Amino acid sequence: MSWIVDFYRTAMGKKAVMAVTGIALFGFVLGHLVGNLKLYMGPEHLDHYAEALRELGAPFFARGQVLWIVRLGLLAALAVHVHAAVTLTLLNRRARPKSYVKTTPQASTYASRTMIWGGAVIALFVVYHLLHFTTGDVHPDFEPGAVYHNVVTGFLNPWVSAFYVAAQIALGLHLYHGLWSLFQTLGWNGPRVNVFRRRMAAVLAVVICAGNVSFPIAVLTGAVRLGG
Amino acid sequence: MPLNGKMNARIPTGPIEQKWDKHRFELKLVNPANKRKFEVLMVGTGLAGASAAATLAELGYDVKAFCFQDSARRAHSISAQGGINAAKNYQNDGDSVFRLFYDTVKGGDYRSREANVYRLAQVSVNIIDQCAAQGVPFAREYGGLLDNRSFGGAQVSRTFYARGQTGQQLLLGAYQAMARQVHAGKVEVHPRTEMLDVVLVDGRARGIVTRDLVTGEVRSWAGDAVVLATGGYGNVYYLSTNAKGSNVTAAWRAHRRGALFSNPCFTQIHPTCIPVSGDYQSKLTLMSESLRNDGRIWVPKQAGDGRAPKSIPEDERDYYLERKYPAFGNLVPRDVASRNSKDVCDEGRGVGPGGLGVYLDFADAIGRLGKEVIAARYGNLFQMYEKITGEDPYVVPMRIYPAVHYTMGGLWVDYNLMTTVPGLYAIGECNFSDHGANRLGASALMQGLADGYFILPYTIGDYLSQHMGEKVSTDRREFREVEGEICAKVDKLLAVDGSRTVDDFHRELGHVMWHGCGMARDEAGLRQALAQIPRLRAEFWDDVKVVGAGDNVNQSLEKAGRVADFLELAELMCHDALHRGESCGGHFRVESQTPEGEALRDDDHFRFVSSWEFKGVGEAPELHKEPLEFEYVKLTQRSYK
Amino acid sequence: MDLILHVWRQPGRDAAGRMERYEARDMDREMSLLEMLDVVNERLIAKGEDPIAFDHDCREGICGACGMMINGVAHGPLAGTTACQLHLRHFKDGDEIWIEPWRSAAFPVLKDLMVERSAFDRIIEAGGYVSVNTGSAPDANEVSVPKLNAELAFEAAACIGCGACVAQCPNGAAQLFTAAKVSHLGLLPQGQPERSRRVLSMVAQMESEAFGGCTNHRECEAVCPKEISIDFIARMNRDYLKAKLLDKRHAAA
Ligand SMILES: Cc1cc2nc3c(=O)[nH]c(=O)nc-3n(C[C@H](O)[C@H](O)[C@H](O)COP(=O)(O)OP(=O)(O)OC[C@H]3O[C@@H](n4cnc5c(N)ncnc54)[C@H](O)[C@@H]3O)c2cc1C
Ligand code: HEM
Ligand code: HEM
Ligand code: SF4
Ligand code: F3S
Ligand code: FES
Repeated sequence: MSWIVDFYRTAMGKKAVMAVTGIALFGFVLGHLVGNLKLYMGPEHLDHYAEALRELGAPFFARGQVLWIVRLGLLAALAVHVHAAVTLTLLNRRARPKSYVKTTPQASTYASRTMIWGGAVIALFVVYHLLHFTTGDVHPDFEPGAVYHNVVTGFLNPWVSAFYVAAQIALGLHLYHGLWSLFQTLGWNGPRVNVFRRRMAAVLAVVICAGNVSFPIAVLTGAVRLGG
Repeated sequence: MPLNGKMNARIPTGPIEQKWDKHRFELKLVNPANKRKFEVLMVGTGLAGASAAATLAELGYDVKAFCFQDSARRAHSISAQGGINAAKNYQNDGDSVFRLFYDTVKGGDYRSREANVYRLAQVSVNIIDQCAAQGVPFAREYGGLLDNRSFGGAQVSRTFYARGQTGQQLLLGAYQAMARQVHAGKVEVHPRTEMLDVVLVDGRARGIVTRDLVTGEVRSWAGDAVVLATGGYGNVYYLSTNAKGSNVTAAWRAHRRGALFSNPCFTQIHPTCIPVSGDYQSKLTLMSESLRNDGRIWVPKQAGDGRAPKSIPEDERDYYLERKYPAFGNLVPRDVASRNSKDVCDEGRGVGPGGLGVYLDFADAIGRLGKEVIAARYGNLFQMYEKITGEDPYVVPMRIYPAVHYTMGGLWVDYNLMTTVPGLYAIGECNFSDHGANRLGASALMQGLADGYFILPYTIGDYLSQHMGEKVSTDRREFREVEGEICAKVDKLLAVDGSRTVDDFHRELGHVMWHGCGMARDEAGLRQALAQIPRLRAEFWDDVKVVGAGDNVNQSLEKAGRVADFLELAELMCHDALHRGESCGGHFRVESQTPEGEALRDDDHFRFVSSWEFKGVGEAPELHKEPLEFEYVKLTQRSYK
Repeated sequence: MDLILHVWRQPGRDAAGRMERYEARDMDREMSLLEMLDVVNERLIAKGEDPIAFDHDCREGICGACGMMINGVAHGPLAGTTACQLHLRHFKDGDEIWIEPWRSAAFPVLKDLMVERSAFDRIIEAGGYVSVNTGSAPDANEVSVPKLNAELAFEAAACIGCGACVAQCPNGAAQLFTAAKVSHLGLLPQGQPERSRRVLSMVAQMESEAFGGCTNHRECEAVCPKEISIDFIARMNRDYLKAKLLDKRHAAA
């Protein structure tokens, strides 16, 4: 295992690890979106889906076991992703101790320049989100297992929804740069890849962002209601 | 003509093809285990210096290399565009070592040493092998093999190239080879360090004194031999195609310490450069000679014709090269093309600002071949031209004018590349050796790398092996004295506090030289320059203004030191030009021309290398002649009619 | 034309510096930016003031010596151009121009606009070469190189080592410079034997200098005077990951 530690010690190694963990996190976000779309199919579907997740791996694994393995994996990925992000950002700051009086960006994007802030918003969001829909600590009317109910009642508060929307935009921007960038980082580059990676990153970022934003909007506009 | 005792060219005897082999066999070798006991001081990291430093280190010597730029990779060689010659005969068009040798001697108008040139042609083939192995990205054919082009009017395609950046790629190859030796601990590079003098101990070169261009520290370095690879002195004219920092200081200081300076007046003026656009002009940019393959050179027939080129009808244009040289047309050699441009501009028919320019017109070629073909051939050159002038050469004809480009003269060296000071070597453009009175296109890179990779590393051993274990310390009086002189000179330059800037003096010197010792030289003009230069020099020391201090970055102080040396060199150049009453190669004496106005060589009186000995500032230098024998090449007058 | 300049003035390496305002009157449109600085300097010297120090040599865009931030862009507003190739005709009469040195922890300012770039030399020394002693090379045509590879290698090899990539990169990363050399040699058959070792040692050296890391901002590519593509950065990353993770011989390097 020492090779992986050695690898992670280098800046290029950290960056590659970020890309790999980024892919894992993206995989979760995409899957999560697909699952959450069951919101539109009504309470039974969504609640059943949530239940099914907990039954994953049965009968070889006990209830919730696989889910926990996945959770732990994702948690580790996130922790490593954040650690690498923070250390690399600090390294980059040190490399330009004195800033320019005038800077005129040429090709970088708002998204690329705000990765760390977008990331921070996502991190905050995740913490809040877990307290909101998973533990219910910050939820006004939390019913364990009643996922549909929790989501709809949760989003009825416009401030909560607004925060959700803001966080999804941050995520969208993060992915807009990140999903393009990881090809560079991992060296998956060539004429064939280059023609579609920019577009692919944009499309996926929009899909994730729009998909996620649609839930609070649907609730606020009444398209999705209690009793469905 | 008696050969001065100092000048023994040490040319090996025997048939020309065997001289170098024979010589190498006769050279004394340094035992491999002993090589690391020798330290070589390499001044300059251009093609010559970097390749020599790398090779010497590979052989086991310890090397310290110096350059004034902030990195060894920026030496002036980086800007060479066109290519490098080698007698590979890959194109199967009849090239051979002998032909390259013959062309070079002939191109040099029979003012170079046969033996040296033959050796150059011989090792040229190894250079290409070496560079390709280093990963120099030479142009290639679809089959994956190396491509060649014909260059500078050569009848065979023997020029290897890497787009328009051959010098860059070759230099990076040599720089990287040197970097490898830095990694191995065998070479130590000192950038931003300017050598200001050589130090002689018991008549031998034993060290140098440098100034650190960041801290101003003046310090001594001792070594077993000193190699100068410091490039050419074209900047004596102020405006030239050379990099701004190119200078003669190292060579000139060596000359003042006893090294003879040969053929100083042999200057190459390149016909296709972008003309001057104003007084502020700081340097001139070369446009590749290849443009003359498709461009037609012309000026208006009428002096002072101010019309735009498009509105000058065909029959009011003078395609003077095509008219005067129907056989070669626009492809006449560099010196002929340059001189003709000067003549038409002197007649008041020049174009562009100040009337110092001629048109190089691609309209015909574009009409005949289409814009695409022209773009494919010269696209990057057209782009470069447009960047500088703001004019689009696809629409408006280019304007070109000759500019000082290369100096064939330099420190006298023997067959071993040693100057007349024992232990002091000169390689690359800084020596006089291989190009005679005119250098062929793509041959300077070849010579620099031949000297550095394949000649000096062997010949220097012969000298070193005879001086085992003779270390000197920089604490010696000789070093202290030179350091003292340099500090005094720096203080003096800072103390003058006059009214004119260094550049101002440099520009004036450039004017004097361009008019007195430029494309066409005559006795009256040279005498006038010889009267003006000492006056200008005196005024310089009396009225130059250098601000700032000596213990910090001070670029005007750096320039002042260089211009001070140019002011001495200029006088020597004029002496040499005046003495050489013939026209040959880049040296055109108005008094010596054929009835048609072409250069006329005088082999009976001037078939020698002029080598000058320094006798003091403002004193007449002493001439030593090295006669030139031609056993293999037949002397002919050039004719391009 | 008249221009207003704001130039960074710093007397020495560890000294404090500040932006200084200069009026550059009666400049010619045909001048290069460096020629304008020459004229400004001549006038400063005439007044007995210290001229503005800046590196330069070839003045035709190939030596890589010149380099300054011009209105927040390394080498100025023109793509594919070094500072020495930038002419005043690209500015308007009355324009204000901000001129600052490269700013990077790895490139300390020596004076005014002049910085120290020896970190680049050290990256090359760490492995930016093919280890072939003089005289041991086979005939140049013994090894053939597909034309397209040779051309791609050339594009990477065109790097002039100016440092604009580092200066412009928001992270002060030297990825483009390093990748250019790694790719140049890695694309040629001559560079294969040392390919893994080279990328590992050059990257290690790069990381030991005070550069930042690459987060794929693409600023470097946009200002590179030789228009070197960030595709080479991806190529270097690939080579690096392969060498580091898959090539057991060098795993410890
Ligand atoms: C624009 C242009 C294009 C050219 N194109 C071609 C071409 O296509 N083909 C061709 O064959 N030739 C060409 N040439 C000529 C060729 O480039 C040069 O003759 C050759 O590169 C000289 O190499 P060098 O190693 O002798 O010196 P340079 O490359 O000039 O190197 C001189 C070195 O000496 C150092 N130095 C000088 N003085 C001092 C000092 N006092 N102290 C410390 N260091 C010092 C410098 O820092 C530098 O490292 C061209 C020249 C120019 C100007
Ligand atoms: C669902 C959560 C997240 C996903 C899907 C995600 C995805 C990604 C991806 C794909 C990349 C590109 C990696 C590369 O270019 O190699 C990336 C980069 C980055 N991420 Fe995240 N990320 C997430 C959360 C976070 C969080 C919480 C932070 C920080 C607090 C963060 C900070 C960063 C930063 C700073 C980068 C850019 C780093 C660089 O390019 O070097 N990310 N992310
Ligand atoms: C608006 C969009 C979103 C909605 C409607 C939503 C909804 C939910 C719900 C209802 C749960 C609880 C599921 C359960 O307990 O079974 C949940 C869990 C979770 N969500 Fe979201 N989510 C959204 C966006 C996100 C985003 C963008 C992230 C990550 C960046 C995320 C990360 C998580 C995590 C980590 C969990 C905990 C999963 C677990 O139990 O292991 N969610 N989400
Ligand atoms: S990669 Fe481009 S910007 Fe960077 S040093 Fe090389 S030439 Fe300059
Ligand atoms: S700008 Fe910097 S972040 Fe990477 S792509 Fe270029 S080095
Ligand atoms: S001065 Fe050489 S690149 Fe600008």
